[in-house]
Amino acid sequence: MQLIVSTILRRLALGLFTLLIVSFIIFGGMSLLPGDFSQAILGQAATEETVAAFRKEIGLDQPAITRYFNWVGAIFQGNLGTSFSGRSGTGQTQAREVAELIAPRLSNTLFLAGVTALISVPLAIMLGLLTALYRNSVFDRTINAATLTTIATPDFFVAYILILFFGSLWQVFPSLANVDATMSLGERLYRISLPVMTLCLVILAHMMRMTRAAIISLLASPYIEMARLSGASQREIIFKHALPNAWAPIATVVAFNLAYLVVGVVVVEVVFVYPGIGQLMVDAVTSRDIPVVQACCLIFAATYIILNLMADIIGIVTNPRLLHPR
Amino acid sequence: MKNNCISTEKGSLLLEMKGVRIDGHSDEAWHPIIKGVDLSLHRGEVLGLIGESGAGKSTLGKAAMGYTQPGCKLTGGSITFDGMDLTRITKAQSRALWGTRIAYVAQSAAASFNPAHKLINQTIRATNRVVNRSEPENRADAVDLYQRLQLPNPESIGERYPHQVSGGQLQRIMTAMAMSPRPDLIIFDEPTTALDVTTQVEVLSAMRAVVDEFHTAAIYITHDLAVVAQMADVIKVLRYGEEVEEAPTQKMLTEPEKPYTRSLWSVRALEKPEDPGGECILSVNNIDAAYGATKVLSNVSIQIPRGRTVSVVGESGSGKSTTARVITGLLPASKGKVMFNGEELPPSHKQRSKEQLRKIQMIYQMADTAMNPRQTVGEIIGRPLEFYLGLTGSERDARVIELLKMIELDERFFDRLPSELSGGQKQRVCIARALAAEPELIICDEVTSALDQIVQEGILKLLLKLQREFNISYLFITHDIAVVQAISDEIVVMYQGEVIEQGLKSKVLEPPYPEYTDLLLSSVPQMDPGWLTNLLEERRKSGT
Repeated sequence: MQLIVSTILRRLALGLFTLLIVSFIIFGGMSLLPGDFSQAILGQAATEETVAAFRKEIGLDQPAITRYFNWVGAIFQGNLGTSFSGRSGTGQTQAREVAELIAPRLSNTLFLAGVTALISVPLAIMLGLLTALYRNSVFDRTINAATLTTIATPDFFVAYILILFFGSLWQVFPSLANVDATMSLGERLYRISLPVMTLCLVILAHMMRMTRAAIISLLASPYIEMARLSGASQREIIFKHALPNAWAPIATVVAFNLAYLVVGVVVVEVVFVYPGIGQLMVDAVTSRDIPVVQACCLIFAATYIILNLMADIIGIVTNPRLLHPR
Repeated sequence: MKNNCISTEKGSLLLEMKGVRIDGHSDEAWHPIIKGVDLSLHRGEVLGLIGESGAGKSTLGKAAMGYTQPGCKLTGGSITFDGMDLTRITKAQSRALWGTRIAYVAQSAAASFNPAHKLINQTIRATNRVVNRSEPENRADAVDLYQRLQLPNPESIGERYPHQVSGGQLQRIMTAMAMSPRPDLIIFDEPTTALDVTTQVEVLSAMRAVVDEFHTAAIYITHDLAVVAQMADVIKVLRYGEEVEEAPTQKMLTEPEKPYTRSLWSVRALEKPEDPGGECILSVNNIDAAYGATKVLSNVSIQIPRGRTVSVVGESGSGKSTTARVITGLLPASKGKVMFNGEELPPSHKQRSKEQLRKIQMIYQMADTAMNPRQTVGEIIGRPLEFYLGLTGSERDARVIELLKMIELDERFFDRLPSELSGGQKQRVCIARALAAEPELIICDEVTSALDQIVQEGILKLLLKLQREFNISYLFITHDIAVVQAISDEIVVMYQGEVIEQGLKSKVLEPPYPEYTDLLLSSVPQMDPGWLTNLLEERRKSGT
């Protein structure tokens, strides 16, 4: 047990370190973006004094290294900074906190990801086990062909096909998934049914195929033959003998796909006009709103790190060699 | 079960296989593996199946359960177990037999237990399916079996996971698992091959005791004649999927009829006259070595005379291979010196000159993994010629062919890949690769352990011939005493990282022995069928 705790703590520390490096890369990447925010927001006509004053207000007059440490230091105090847009220099007065901008969007994204995960992860694992159980049967081939098709189709295309059938031809689900905080849970679930379906189809294939492959690779182990020779049925072999040893690879691929649900859904969000964090980030990049872009990137990176950490932990606790040392 | 045991009278016929044919699928075609074998077994009888690898022993053993591995199919014959034709019953009917009436004990217990489940649950899983037997009863019975099999802490050992107990213990637990439902028939598939000789004795005697006690019929598959002599009433010899001959154990050992059987028997007769030799080519002085914090060698000293063979014997974990790693510089010693031709070798191979590296070569146990599967034999042998001796082009190729002839292969092998060679040929290519560097010392790490007896003999003869021709010294690491007899001048006995004794073969193999040497030597199975009984008798007397 002590071994496990220390392993997890080590991974956690490593994760934080990775995040620090990522923050540096994000910051460097932002500095390489062409154009200047103040120039972009104030327009060609702005006088040099106005631009200089505005640059001073948002801190762009400082050297990059100072700005980096200011930014990271603030994050450690839980402060993601203030958005560039809406500052007084632009003639407006309602500059918003980045955290305040991101929070509702992030919660929308997590809602969509959560619902998708609740449906797709159990479904993918079940299908993976069943296809392994009935390997090379018609069922297996059909599922494999179907999932290969969905994995090979771009996500926006899957989205449009679903809109065509369910939104337009049969009109059972709404084509637009514009939710807001005032709606009831039921209403929100109804609104996001098409994006959830799209995302399920996109990530199902990968998880299901990996589950199937992990189980099938174990079926060649001597202990599986031993189980067979002690009279275990094919079902027992898959569920009792192979699955307990396959959690680590399955957890890894699930983590990878869940990360995609947070980080890679921007295309699907745009298609369904869903107010998620992906859209927010794309808008922020267009308007050179650097604090927002940086915060989004950092959240994405943290998502990857946390999910992978969880997959590692599952790998550890399902490995009897680590759980019960000699 | 044996001549000197109680059950000389046979029971009723339990298993009868007639004209069994099995094909295996490889290289996109079906090849016959078993070509029409008959076998019959009575209740309470133990049949020994022996033969080289590839003879089809294991396939035939599994077929006795009505099981064919994936990639194999039964193409003919009948398998009648207690009145049922196993080739005609349904899958569900076979499953009802397996694990309850016919049990299987696999070669590698370590790989055959599911790492995710506790041992006791695996022991009784099949037994729980037997009618009239309840789980608590089975648990208590399993503990009782653990006790009979002389496992330590029989009450609690079942609560452990497979990785928490040793290989010998796992093999005994697997025997308990097979015995738990009190089957009519047990198939033992090379159950002691992966064990050290000292552990093998314990496992063999435990298995024999329970098989005797419950009067279970068994098929005992092995390639080790001496082991089968201890276990079986009847021995059947297989070769290329066909029966060579079958006879009662005593008769088979003393008067085998077929030349092939006699050749199997004669391998153990190979013996080299010892020769003390003169000056020392390599001397290891007071070496300590460790992997991280775990100390594996302490104060090891070994002397190798020029042109002679020194064998290092001991069970696994005794530090034999680690000593080889220290000599080659793969694992720098933490204390002590390695002297080669009178000069001190730097501890790490990285600090050694090319010339120092060239003079010490190594041959490994698994010829398979010691060669790059994508390189041809010519490239494999040519590489040290280029690296150490700077030979290139036609000069190098000519030398490769010369080397191939030395190892009794020819130029046709030049362009072959390792996958196109047999096990013995692969090991020969590894020998040629070591020879290519023109070394003065070759370290052979269990080079014959993975080979069949007859192939072993060929390799050992080749090594001896090369020694005579080129005055090469060998450090020969092995756990097989028969091999030691065949090749060595001197013997080093190692135990738990220390040298117990070093001396001429005649001296080490003659009494009086130090305690551990005695245990090691007495554990080596002999061809006499009464050997195990006598040994246990002796040990019990001296123990009490």
